[in-house]
Amino acid sequence: MKRLSDVASLREGYDLAIIGAGPAGMAAAATAGGRGLSVLLLDENPGLGGQVHRGVEASPLAAVPALANVPGAGRALAQAAARAEVEFLPGATVWHLDAARRIGVSAGGAARMVVARRVIIATGALERPMPIPGWTLPGVMSVGAAQTLLKAQGLVPEGRVVMAGSGPLLWLYAAQLVAAGHPPALLLDTTPRANWRAALPHLWDFLRSPYAAKGAGLLARVRRGVRVVSGVASLAIRAAPGGLEVAWPGGTARADRVLLHQGVVPQTNLAQAAGCELAWDKAQACFVPRTDGWGETNLPGIAIAGDTAGIAGAEAAEASGHVAALAALHALGALDGAARDAAAAPHQAARARWRRGRAFLDALYLPAPGFRVAPDEAIACRCEEVTGAALREAVRLGATGPNQAKAFLRCGMGPCQGRMCMLTVVETIVAARGVAPGTIKPLRIRPPVKPVTLAEIAAMDSTEAERAAVEGR
Amino acid sequence: MFRRLHEGATPLPFTFEGEAVEGREGDSVAAALLALGHDATRETGVSGAPRGPYCMMGVCFDCLVMIDGVGNRQACLVPLRAGMEVRRQRGRRKAGA
Ligand SMILES: Cc1cc2nc3c(=O)[nH]c(=O)nc-3n(C[C@H](O)[C@H](O)[C@H](O)COP(=O)(O)OP(=O)(O)OC[C@H]3O[C@@H](n4cnc5c(N)ncnc54)[C@H](O)[C@@H]3O)c2cc1C
Ligand code: FES
Repeated sequence: MKRLSDVASLREGYDLAIIGAGPAGMAAAATAGGRGLSVLLLDENPGLGGQVHRGVEASPLAAVPALANVPGAGRALAQAAARAEVEFLPGATVWHLDAARRIGVSAGGAARMVVARRVIIATGALERPMPIPGWTLPGVMSVGAAQTLLKAQGLVPEGRVVMAGSGPLLWLYAAQLVAAGHPPALLLDTTPRANWRAALPHLWDFLRSPYAAKGAGLLARVRRGVRVVSGVASLAIRAAPGGLEVAWPGGTARADRVLLHQGVVPQTNLAQAAGCELAWDKAQACFVPRTDGWGETNLPGIAIAGDTAGIAGAEAAEASGHVAALAALHALGALDGAARDAAAAPHQAARARWRRGRAFLDALYLPAPGFRVAPDEAIACRCEEVTGAALREAVRLGATGPNQAKAFLRCGMGPCQGRMCMLTVVETIVAARGVAPGTIKPLRIRPPVKPVTLAEIAAMDSTEAERAAVEGR
Repeated sequence: MFRRLHEGATPLPFTFEGEAVEGREGDSVAAALLALGHDATRETGVSGAPRGPYCMMGVCFDCLVMIDGVGNRQACLVPLRAGMEVRRQRGRRKAGA
């Protein structure tokens, strides 16, 4: 791997560009390198790893015996990617992608456009928003955020920590805090009890999947060390003297920090901006790009690997990265069909093995509608401070989906470009209208998908194509 | 506050709101501020409400700060460097600022 330090050292064109260096992107790089093709790997983080293996190359946890296994898990894959013959530009934010596979990237305050014959989008997932009253208060953050601080900087929250929500990551982080000797004071489990009925038919597959052993140990370790309140049906956070107060039906608790989580959903904004088609996934209650078994989208030459193509977890992401890279090698003439199929078979089998347990997790941890729809007094769009009440008012005035709500209320126009609020806005609107989420269009995303400064654009030796891309033409 | 499980990394001096403070090599600007106990790192443009880092992965933009006079920097994505001058971002971001 050749590590680049700035956009000036990028070539104008590559055979293959991989966006995102999590398990999917690292696996794609490891498979695609060394075949005589030019391969570029981009990630806005300072190193390899993605969300699950964040900071794998230089984790302070390597020196913390109780947690040394956390960075350990991603090391072999990171080393395979680091050995691969590819170019890697870390600290690089991709803010543009279009159907012609032009990629707008900025790093270190300078922007650049490159073109690729094939693109693999491996931008991973983000945490599902949890729009409860008070979730914007300082001191409230997501569980994934706290876990990122643990993996990358070895930081643990001090004082009374209250965790609330549902999903595997909530339990995983709680177990990591227990192992670190800093258990949370309280865990409020919002998993709806009624979900068990929907999950049970998938229990057998779950028990046969590698997830079962992982999960059971986690839950037991947390329950031994932490007070857990189950079946929490609603939540609100208030600022209180000297900290925060969390309230739920039947109790209140003081907190110095509140950590929220209710699962992860695909991070699709770049794929959407390029023109990839999305469909509503009922089981995961989110929009998912349409892809085939090789990760190919409706756009020629653009594939998606990893959690961006639907949440399936780190191991499945890794497998799908290999598969997408093999498809790209074949399309670029570096591998014949038989060789591609033979090389892909073990990865496809691994992906299937890991996906097998997912249906149970999806059904069990689907958050209750009350946690996906913004209540009147809760903020739905954090950037423009739009509340659930304002959204319902917009529906009353005729807004039928997120694109109209944006025109009424600016939600989706802030710097996050709807990444945080889109699902909340969609689910709040469909609940108010009494229609199914699949019937309305997701927010239209236009490049740049992340703010680019005028200085960055000015510094670009811009061609007409570049100017058109920046202006979203 | 956040506590460091491991104190090995090199200290990096910087300033926050003009005050001399210290982070560590390997910190993002947001991580350094959280480790110093600063949960509120910006004020919103709409209501002036205090906000702080929420996602730590570049999604929410609630960590926006001014770094060395440049606004709109995502503190969770910018690696901390010695000598940085970091300030709270107050109000609406200005295009290109
Ligand atoms: C905060 C968080 C923590 C998680 N922790 C765990 C965990 O501990 N264990 C677990 O099993 N699962 C965890 N997950 C679930 C996780 O989605 C998968 O396990 C796994 O990380 C998915 O791999 P991936 O390669 O698809 O994407 P990711 O690992 O998410 O990697 C995507 C990469 O793309 C980069 N990227 C995204 N957009 C851009 C852009 N526009 N420009 C440049 N780069 C970009 C990101 O910086 C990131 O490094 C976590 C998810 C989140 C959101
Ligand atoms: S904390 Fe969310 S973008 Fe930085």
